[in-house]
Amino acid sequence: MAQALDEIKIGGLGSSRKRVEDDRFLRGKGNYTDDFKLTGMLHMEILRSPVAHARIKSVDTTKAWQIPGVHMVLTGEMAAQHNLAWMPTLSYDTQAVLATDKVRFQGQEIACVVADDPYIAKDGCEAIEVEYEPLPAIVNPEQALASDAPLIRDDKVGQNDNVCYRWEVGDREGTERAFAQADKISTLRLHYPRSHPSPIECCGSIADYNPATTKLTVYMTTQAPHIIRSAVALVAELPEHMIRIISPDIGGGFGNKVPVYPGYVASILCSILLGRPVKWIEDKTGNLTSTGFARDMYIEGQLALRNDGKILATRFHADTDNGAFFSDAQPSKFKIGLFHSAFGCYDIPYGYQTAQGTYTNKAPGGVAYRCSFRITEAMFFQERMIRAAAFDLGMDQAEFRRMNLVKDDDFPHRTPFGFLLDSGQYEKCLDVALDAIGYQDFLREKEEARSRGRRLGIGISTMSEPLGAGNSREYDIIGIKMFDAAELRVHPSGKAILKIGAKTQGQGHETTFAQIVTHELGIPAPDIVVEHGDTDNTPYGMGTYASRSTPTAGAATAMVSRKIRAKARKLAAHLLEVSEEDVEWELGRFYVRGAHDRGVTIQDCAMAAYSNMPDGLEPGLENNAYYDPPNLTWPFAAYIVTVEVDPETGVWDVLRMVAVDDCGVRINPMIVEGQIMGGMTEAYAMANMQFITFDADGNCVGSNYMDYLLPTAWETPGFELHEVTTASPHHPIGAKGVGECAAVGGPAAFVNAVMDAIDDTGVRNIDMPLLPDRVWEAITYKRDVSGAPPVKTD
Amino acid sequence: MYPSRFRYEAPRSLSEALDLLKLYGEDAKILAGGQSLTPMIKLRFTSFEVLIDINNIPGLDYHRADSDGTLHFGALCRHSDLEHSELLHRQQPTMAAAAPLIADPIVRNRGTLVGSLCHADPQGDWASVMLALNGEIIAASAEGERVIPVSELVVGPFQNALRQGEIAVEARVPAPKGTVSGDYLKLERRVGDFATVGVAVALESSGSTVSRAGIALTGVGPQNIKATAAEQALVGNSLNSGTIDQAARLAAEAAQPKTDHRGSAEYKRHVVQTFVSRALANRQPARAA
Repeated sequence: MAQALDEIKIGGLGSSRKRVEDDRFLRGKGNYTDDFKLTGMLHMEILRSPVAHARIKSVDTTKAWQIPGVHMVLTGEMAAQHNLAWMPTLSYDTQAVLATDKVRFQGQEIACVVADDPYIAKDGCEAIEVEYEPLPAIVNPEQALASDAPLIRDDKVGQNDNVCYRWEVGDREGTERAFAQADKISTLRLHYPRSHPSPIECCGSIADYNPATTKLTVYMTTQAPHIIRSAVALVAELPEHMIRIISPDIGGGFGNKVPVYPGYVASILCSILLGRPVKWIEDKTGNLTSTGFARDMYIEGQLALRNDGKILATRFHADTDNGAFFSDAQPSKFKIGLFHSAFGCYDIPYGYQTAQGTYTNKAPGGVAYRCSFRITEAMFFQERMIRAAAFDLGMDQAEFRRMNLVKDDDFPHRTPFGFLLDSGQYEKCLDVALDAIGYQDFLREKEEARSRGRRLGIGISTMSEPLGAGNSREYDIIGIKMFDAAELRVHPSGKAILKIGAKTQGQGHETTFAQIVTHELGIPAPDIVVEHGDTDNTPYGMGTYASRSTPTAGAATAMVSRKIRAKARKLAAHLLEVSEEDVEWELGRFYVRGAHDRGVTIQDCAMAAYSNMPDGLEPGLENNAYYDPPNLTWPFAAYIVTVEVDPETGVWDVLRMVAVDDCGVRINPMIVEGQIMGGMTEAYAMANMQFITFDADGNCVGSNYMDYLLPTAWETPGFELHEVTTASPHHPIGAKGVGECAAVGGPAAFVNAVMDAIDDTGVRNIDMPLLPDRVWEAITYKRDVSGAPPVKTD
Repeated sequence: MYPSRFRYEAPRSLSEALDLLKLYGEDAKILAGGQSLTPMIKLRFTSFEVLIDINNIPGLDYHRADSDGTLHFGALCRHSDLEHSELLHRQQPTMAAAAPLIADPIVRNRGTLVGSLCHADPQGDWASVMLALNGEIIAASAEGERVIPVSELVVGPFQNALRQGEIAVEARVPAPKGTVSGDYLKLERRVGDFATVGVAVALESSGSTVSRAGIALTGVGPQNIKATAAEQALVGNSLNSGTIDQAARLAAEAAQPKTDHRGSAEYKRHVVQTFVSRALANRQPARAA
């Protein structure tokens, strides 16, 4: 009898095979953008503004041009001659490439120097003399909306205030009616602070324009190479077939490497002007002060409650601080991204929300930091609000959740803001988490400790978030729809290359996408290589962010594998000399119905595709698939954290952290767990230390790793992971997105735990991060603590 | 990193280093551990003509005790040497407590005690420890050596009392006269962060009576602060909740904190009081005299 293949052993679905990427990363054999050295390559450095808001009176580059080894000093005025002083943003605004009229945030790009080496280029930047006429700086929406606020975007015709968008969604009248009938209305106001994805590798590019062939090749740190190619074609008016974007190994992205930055554009322009390759590698301060930040949102909202705990409606308003240019890198048709996914996992009949964006003198480029755009703020507010409501009702926070969570038999479930939840077992996830933490025991322990002056607390966060944009109806980037693609070539020997439009920055695509092919075709995973990141050699795709790769490119990979299998079936019938209808499939093998021993392997079929095709069948075994997802996938998570707070110093320590994730079918459980631990580390970071603030003059506090604190292994708590599996009903292999869940749902669990530890003080909110001084202030003065900039200084 | 251009010198002996220092005068800068200097030149906050790297000078990486208990620390003695020092764990609990709290493991592998003192960062931890212990610096020059008490070494933020042509070659802690105990407490937002507040406590006792008290504060003034009144409140008394409370209160009064992104002045003052109280109550004994 033919032996059936063991899918786990050959690296298929459910196999925790080691990451194939790691061999080269751990042994220093990766190739990052900065590793490429091209013949004749020059180096570019950027001169940045030291002030947040000022009119530029003059830019004198004379001395910089005189430094030996300097080839080019590019100013905004020169860029304007090529129509590139400004560029369009992904949010249909404009952004300065190099400032001409004003600087609008500290760190803004003013000029570039291209030289033989980066030392000389930096010397050149220092030699440029800029004369500024200072203007008052605006560092929060309240200042931006004041009647006497200076107009930040005086470059825009018809822009008379600092508002960059207004937005509303939901059923306003139904919501008002529900609120009128409420027994109790619970209110919360908070600020989700500005943070930065801060990948260890900063942004950079090598633009290589060949004047002979007129082809432009750009090596760059981008999570979305194909859309960058289209953007360059449109912005720089170059023919798209003469542009090749190569995104080599990337040292972390977290959303930071989605947008187009001035440095990319300037390096391309300088390469075209000089006819030589120009390398730009950003330093850490440049990355932290000028590239895509995240969050910075003020949210105030309410829940309408019945005395028995039922939530009747929700309404809330968000003020976003968008920085100097509205260049949010978000792909939805909704101005505030997927913020209206809030409260989706609760069965709430009515909801209404509004939002307003403001220009401020802070860095632009809001990105989805480990997040589908604005979901993190939505889920944080949701879970902080849920805890506040349970507290106001005097109900147990777990039971309040249980009462309002969407029930298992209620899927698909339409949220009050129009999303359609695909599947889930919410109550089960909550129960697994409560069991794991020992909920009732901890509540007793907390009471007992309180009587001895110790402050323990427990925080819960339960949420479901929409992952995997698009569908093409609602999601696009500059008009290009949010599908994704895969191309599969099976070689004569049965080995294969899979080419995808997504692009890993550490997620492990080269490992997991091969596993999908293995699951569909039975080709062992080590026999499949995954190619990505080179626009000349991969099918079009929208890139990797927003936990979308598995829901979109992963689905395309399954679909293209099935096309290959369909053709292989014809080849198998030919080899077995039976009709196609008489051929059965098992993993890696076709056999004759009723005669299991008479079979051919997928490898046999591959060889036949090139050596022994039946008449009339096209040779070869290759295909591609473009996948437009019918819906987003909705993973669910229940996170519980316990803490102890030191009331004398405000320092809090995590005692335990339990995570229950239901992300559908897990392709590689080890990688999924790694993603959850990484996300939870960032959640802890948000809650505890990681934020960027500004002083009253618009100076960035958090422009380097001395001030922008990332947790190390030393302070990061341990995480206890658990699993529930509910397959996505519409994804070909039942998978859901997962990369961002813990970062999205985690922060509220930590904050709720600290709030629980001080639940006798009457304090409703301390803004993140819960720095020791803020917690101490809340306990000592029994008052809420705001974290909104400007930061207080003597 | 792309600093401004400078000349690099790597002398092989102390006399060669002193000659170079004389030759280049104020255009020269000494590199020991480089953990503060390197970020500053990377960010181009500072520049100089000549960098004199003393890491190749043999015989400066020691730390040792005389028979009377005087401690000596060479200019190339690293924080990590002190973190893992049996000697300090036996004899000097304040230093043993502080060493693992300096920056992070990577910085501790290169950074030096003497360099840190000379850098005179008001948020530096070692200066408080040395103030509490009445530590000194030995400065060498072509003219010979002189002793500078750490209390006189720091003349302002990032400013030290070394003269042109001098290299700090050793730090010294005088011999104790009684039973030694002490602690260093540091509030930091994350490992590797500068202190929001740091408190060094160093006591010598005879029986239950405190014979000498050293209390110094980090991060709550333009330089590290020696809380003299708090020290005096303890000398001649035994430690009990009354004397501890009084010393903690006096130390908090000596602090000159400013409100910034690490916290309000009021908060920092409160933490000084809390930490002095905790450090006195929970101080670690020396394991051997």
